Amino acid sequence: MIYREAGQFKSTYADDQAIFPIRQDRISLTIFGLLAFLGVPMVIDDYWANAVFIPLLVFTLAALGLNILIGYCGQLSLGTGAFMAVGAYATYKLMTAFPDLNFIIIVVLSGFVTAGVGVLFGLPSLRIKGFYLAVATLAAQFFLVWLFNKVGWFFNYNATGQINATRMEVFGVQITGPEATPTSRYLFCLLFTVVFALVAKNLVRGRIGRSWMAIRDMDIAAELIGIRPLHTKLLAFAVSSFYVGMAGSLYFSVWLGAAEVTEAFSINQSFYVLFMVIIGGLGTILGSFLGAAFMVLMPILLKNFMVGGIGVEVVTAKHVEIMVMGILIVTFLILEPHGLARLWQIMKEKLRLWPFPY
Amino acid sequence: MDLLFFSETLISGLMAGVMYALVALGFVLIFKASGVFNFAQGVLCLFAALALYDFISEDGWVYQLFGFALPVWLGILLTIGVMIAVAWLIERLVLRHLVNQDPIILFMATIGLAYVLEGVGDILFGSDVKPLDIGIPQGASDYLLDHHNLYIEKLEVVAAVTAAVLVAVLATFFQKTRIGRALRAVADDHQAALSVGISLNTIWVIVWSVAGIVALVAGIMWGSKSGVQFSLSLIALKALPVLILGGFTSVPGAIVGGLIIGVGEKVAEIYAGPLVGGAIENWFAYMLALVFLLFRPQGLFGERIIERV
Repeated sequence: MIYREAGQFKSTYADDQAIFPIRQDRISLTIFGLLAFLGVPMVIDDYWANAVFIPLLVFTLAALGLNILIGYCGQLSLGTGAFMAVGAYATYKLMTAFPDLNFIIIVVLSGFVTAGVGVLFGLPSLRIKGFYLAVATLAAQFFLVWLFNKVGWFFNYNATGQINATRMEVFGVQITGPEATPTSRYLFCLLFTVVFALVAKNLVRGRIGRSWMAIRDMDIAAELIGIRPLHTKLLAFAVSSFYVGMAGSLYFSVWLGAAEVTEAFSINQSFYVLFMVIIGGLGTILGSFLGAAFMVLMPILLKNFMVGGIGVEVVTAKHVEIMVMGILIVTFLILEPHGLARLWQIMKEKLRLWPFPY
Repeated sequence: MDLLFFSETLISGLMAGVMYALVALGFVLIFKASGVFNFAQGVLCLFAALALYDFISEDGWVYQLFGFALPVWLGILLTIGVMIAVAWLIERLVLRHLVNQDPIILFMATIGLAYVLEGVGDILFGSDVKPLDIGIPQGASDYLLDHHNLYIEKLEVVAAVTAAVLVAVLATFFQKTRIGRALRAVADDHQAALSVGISLNTIWVIVWSVAGIVALVAGIMWGSKSGVQFSLSLIALKALPVLILGGFTSVPGAIVGGLIIGVGEKVAEIYAGPLVGGAIENWFAYMLALVFLLFRPQGLFGERIIERV
């Protein structure tokens, strides 16, 4: 009943190729968009921005990137943390070198820098596959973190080895630095996430996305029907790293404001994003949003429940949190290996018939 | 180049390699038998070492409960029991429900498992560094130091001998026993093994138990070397390049890969490290593996990859 597309006729090719062909989708997305762009900024404060909304958006962007690589192109990568670090350090170098540049340009440029690095570490994917490739990307993870830790040029030779976000503006509105308002920071991240989610959505349903999926499903067969593996795989690495790099850039500059490479961009970060992609659903754009939401909100809820609700000590709560996360992940994989996006799909099927199932 | 110093580096590299190989062995066993890339192997080592520590040391909970610590041999036996119980639980609660899933899903499940074990370990045993002492001799070997001026840790010699014994036992187990044959059959072809009446579930419990025991050995060695602490679970990551070099499915590969990585790492750290600022041990193994993979994608001893459409 609620989700019935009967009666929605398509009479033009443009209609047929619309990005959201079902009216209910368009309506709910518009409502979500209005809420995100108008509703949230009215009520947002520092806590909500730093603990919930900005992490959510940043990690959604990172999950989108990783989902393109793993979910669409089938190349397993464990180097997300390091690629985020590349984005962050590129941003740092750019923002200290060109303090007057529009910050949007800096973030996008950082994305391009990361894309270059991603292609470099994607090269082995032409020879190796599966878990072997995953270990190869671990090389990127450890090497890059070491590089940013050791080579002084990357953190401008400051004594702490940390990078700190300087004051940056977009059209006169301050985005980074301590005086930036939560609203402006939130909206900036939101803009990036929404725009690039739409770009990703369009990429994956076009020729490029289909060639990625062909490579994912069976690369030799894809090669035989005329898809160039070199081109396609490296493009996936480039696009994925571009997204992850921008996420890293926002992560460092807008969210944290300061970062230390061995802490902020460790291997755990890679796993964290990987979990989002898996829990959200491999090979779905919606899944990246849902997965990021799950992984960001779950620990907060757990912690609030344990420390605030039943008065467990903070240290014990931390251990229990790790354990419960593990249990949740395993349970999730057992119950629904295709992730939250698949759950939503099942729900849609049900809603189509509800309340008259026959 | 000083020959003595070089051989010292070489030998200590070989010994470190043995330690890596011990962890890698556990990976190979599980990967062979169930096709699961077991990320939790490192945490299993940690878990085993923690359990053993609690059984035999004077601030473990056995001591607090009964007023005496268990003798080492009983502690080890009990820990083996614990590892078998863990293996059984893992099979019951996790693997059984994930039959026929993509390898990546299984891989993620083992990461989840690693989190669970880590959390449980922390809650049960606490998270401080614990010096594990089960009577393995420490310090440099006096004989070699006096006669050949070589500095070699006794502990590492013990580790090397243990690894050799372990591999011999495993090889016999795989080649000669009934269960070993069943394990190899499962590794070869799941369906064919099922059709001749081998129970996959039993085999998985056995294989995870064996991997748990291997983890215990690795945990004892690493624990005696640097204390039982959380970083033990990170050596699992070090075992990955070892696996790549040796091939995921080969027991001798794990040993040889471990030795190569151990030696390469030490030599690189000492002779190339100062040139680029040190601490290259963290990533050298991975780079070595990466370069290696470009030339031989299936590893040294891995099965040849044949691809068909």
